[in-house]
Amino acid sequence: MPRSCEHSKDSKGATDVSEFLSQHGSEILNATIEHMWLVGATMLLAIAIGVPLGILVARKPWLSNPILGTANVAETIPSLALLGFLLAVPWLGARADRLTITALTLYALLPIIRNTATGISGVDPAVREAARGMGMTGRQILFRVELPLSISTILAGVRVATVLTIGIATIAAAVGAGGLGEFIFRGLAMVNNSLILAGAVPAALLALIADLILGLLERRLRPAR
Amino acid sequence: MNMLAHPEARDSTPIIEFRDADYRLPNGQALLRQLNLAVNQGETLVLLGRSGAGKTTALKLINRLLEPSAGEVRVEGRTTLEWDPIALRRHIGYVIQETGLFPHYTVEENVALVPRLENWARALIRERPRELLAMVGLDPAFFLGRYPHELSGGQRQRVGVARALAGDPPILLMDEPFGALDPLTRAEIRGEFQALQQRLRKTIVIVTHDTNEALLLATRIALMEAGELKGVYSPQGFLHSDEPVAAAYAAQLRALEGFERGNRRE
Repeated sequence: MPRSCEHSKDSKGATDVSEFLSQHGSEILNATIEHMWLVGATMLLAIAIGVPLGILVARKPWLSNPILGTANVAETIPSLALLGFLLAVPWLGARADRLTITALTLYALLPIIRNTATGISGVDPAVREAARGMGMTGRQILFRVELPLSISTILAGVRVATVLTIGIATIAAAVGAGGLGEFIFRGLAMVNNSLILAGAVPAALLALIADLILGLLERRLRPAR
Repeated sequence: MNMLAHPEARDSTPIIEFRDADYRLPNGQALLRQLNLAVNQGETLVLLGRSGAGKTTALKLINRLLEPSAGEVRVEGRTTLEWDPIALRRHIGYVIQETGLFPHYTVEENVALVPRLENWARALIRERPRELLAMVGLDPAFFLGRYPHELSGGQRQRVGVARALAGDPPILLMDEPFGALDPLTRAEIRGEFQALQQRLRKTIVIVTHDTNEALLLATRIALMEAGELKGVYSPQGFLHSDEPVAAAYAAQLRALEGFERGNRRE
């Protein structure tokens, strides 16, 4: 790790920023890519688990409390503590990225499950009845009617979860999983605001961009009413 | 009771038959008790009664959206439980009050749905919506690409009927098909439907609480009240029945006629 002593003081001028970037640019880029990989893997996993669970909640209302309750509890555990707990789990704790992605997925699940359930339950009962009455199978109703009609609600959940995950993923650096949190932790340790900003600004930008893109997609896919 | 009111009904075996059919909710409340009723080939049977009379329940037993708690319902000789539910429902057209058109499908996709599910030849899947829209009085060129929210209530209802007819089912079930429409549109569509009925010769079961509708469309009227069948009448027989509930309906109609006559005298 290059110790950048010349930046231990706050760099204010534009030259300082460009100098800082030229020195740390590639490092920031790498950390950003690492960050995106953690978030991307988390979101894929969370969607793969959360959407089916959401459908289950919509289908079987009695499962709503146990499933949403569990996801809710996961949400309340402080992220640093959750990483600590999972560190002790045999296979999970063995690798930092594995551990981080698991923890992040637990956080991302709740909005996805909840929005999927809301979306599916929100499908007009007349539409569902017509679909059944026309002889569509349960599978056909799910894939051709219920999911297309709730896709924008589900995406809204994915959007919330993604923004949340991009923020929480900075904590991953605490267990050595890398990402933009590296800069923040280093900056904290060295009382160096530039380093903190080098982690925080790209993370915030990532969150904004993800929010924007998913928001556009959500609006595009919303069925007309 | 007048089983022979309609000439066609005489020698045909029933297409749909309720035998002591009960339907109870899981909490034990009975929505339908001991229903015995036969629907003959090509007739239009109207289930008439007030809300909560069990009409819709009876209708849903036919396409197995519900299953009888006791007794049985037979469609073309087989009980609904013997039928594969998907095959049964594809065999039966279904129109409901809110139409249940898929909001994310165009009119064409909505109407072509059953042909597509049934894997018809591509040319037929293309042809069918055009043919049906024309039949229900909607210009295909204008309507095929529209979405349901761009249509008026009457247009949606027409598309709903077209969609139900898409697979050319021999049986058509209609639950308050004209219920959500304003009176004028309602009368208009009802008239068109009568013409369609003559042409298609389907076996049709219609649920309604509208006595006028029942008298205009029915070959026979099955009167229901509080989960029970009160009687089956020809439209003429219904107006002159002594059965108290039927008499009440008839009296209400006569009151309306009296009102008209009174107005005319003024």
